[in-house]
Amino acid sequence: MNGGHDLGGMHGLGPVDPEPESEEPVFHAVWERRAFALNLATGFLGKWNIDQGRHARERQHPADYLRNTYYENWLAGLETLLVEAGLVTPEELESGVAEGRAEDVRVLLGENVEEALSKGGPVTMDIPLEASFRAGDRVRVININPLGHTRAPRYARGKVGTVALDRGVHIFADRNAEGVKEGQRLYSVEFDGRELWGETGSARETVRIDLWEPHLEAAE
Amino acid sequence: MPHDHDHTDPPSDLELRVKALESLLVEKGLVDPAALDALIDTYENKVGPRNGAKVIAKAWSEPDYKTWLLDDASEAIASLGFTGRQGEHMMAVENTPSLHNVVVCTLCSCYPWPVLGLPPVWYKAAPYRSRVVSDPRGVLREFGTELPEDIEVRVWDSTAEMRYLVLPMRPDGTDGWDVPRLEDLVSRNSMIGVEPAKTPAMAAAE
Repeated sequence: MNGGHDLGGMHGLGPVDPEPESEEPVFHAVWERRAFALNLATGFLGKWNIDQGRHARERQHPADYLRNTYYENWLAGLETLLVEAGLVTPEELESGVAEGRAEDVRVLLGENVEEALSKGGPVTMDIPLEASFRAGDRVRVININPLGHTRAPRYARGKVGTVALDRGVHIFADRNAEGVKEGQRLYSVEFDGRELWGETGSARETVRIDLWEPHLEAAE
Repeated sequence: MPHDHDHTDPPSDLELRVKALESLLVEKGLVDPAALDALIDTYENKVGPRNGAKVIAKAWSEPDYKTWLLDDASEAIASLGFTGRQGEHMMAVENTPSLHNVVVCTLCSCYPWPVLGLPPVWYKAAPYRSRVVSDPRGVLREFGTELPEDIEVRVWDSTAEMRYLVLPMRPDGTDGWDVPRLEDLVSRNSMIGVEPAKTPAMAAAE
């Protein structure tokens, strides 16, 4: 979706203003720690995948997404996911009072955290799928504007680039956000700054974007 | 101003909202408080950019390891024990005198957790995500990094589950340095690509 999260090329958001690396804490408030951990812990319930999680944050009003701090967006996304997965009712969220205990859930226990994190969640799929493109091929990002989740950023749509790398078959994020595990070939595609930004861009600056085969078509 | 409130002083309603959500989820049997503590402890105290610095210093010291890292970063990094969530599919990208790499996630905040820990605030915030793809040299200048015009800047936008680690150039004046000493020169920011690695003089001044 063309939401407030799709930021590449947007203007007016101010300078970067980084905190000095040696002074920056991992979390800036106690509630950030808990919001982070709640997101991860509930993710292990297996009721949604990473792309559904992203899409829940993206669906906020763009003004909210941009005004919120990072973990506020995580918190808002989590509340959406919990309700949509049927784990919590809107009334429970509102009141903070549980109307009953959850049934048939697989809860991440403290003693299993280390193993669960180190296992991770690989997204490559070992399925035979012909590659339509090879390194060096010219490709155009198709012009799509779906209301659902997509990882083809707006600034690249309609733009022509060169396939740099074929990464094999990965779970296709756009479909994964719909709860469908579909493998598609993933490519690293290189775009020149002039192609992306016109005369304000530079040919000495390139952007490499990971795009799946359904995002691409052959270009002359 | 990109933000109208201070990260260090959140409104108290946020504290309350998160506390209420946590106690609701515990009461419903959906989260184990011990798991929350363990998750926080992991990313606050155990996993962070010192892991990545070990990878980089080893690559600077051992040509075979560097070749492996550039060829199969996931395996080369796993050999040092850094694996798991948000580092399943790694790629190391090498800075050279003619090419400078920098990493972003314009769509969210994708970042290689096992080697760098959780991302800094600026990496997740709108100013960096919006501009580093369209004006990388200008953004790097805001970190005090001035790149010569003849260097190509290559920005990696982490739109899939590939995670990127920049292999910065080894600083001059470090011949004969052992791996632990080299590690001190590898800043987190140099592994994202917004700064070069520290010079021996910079490290000595810290």
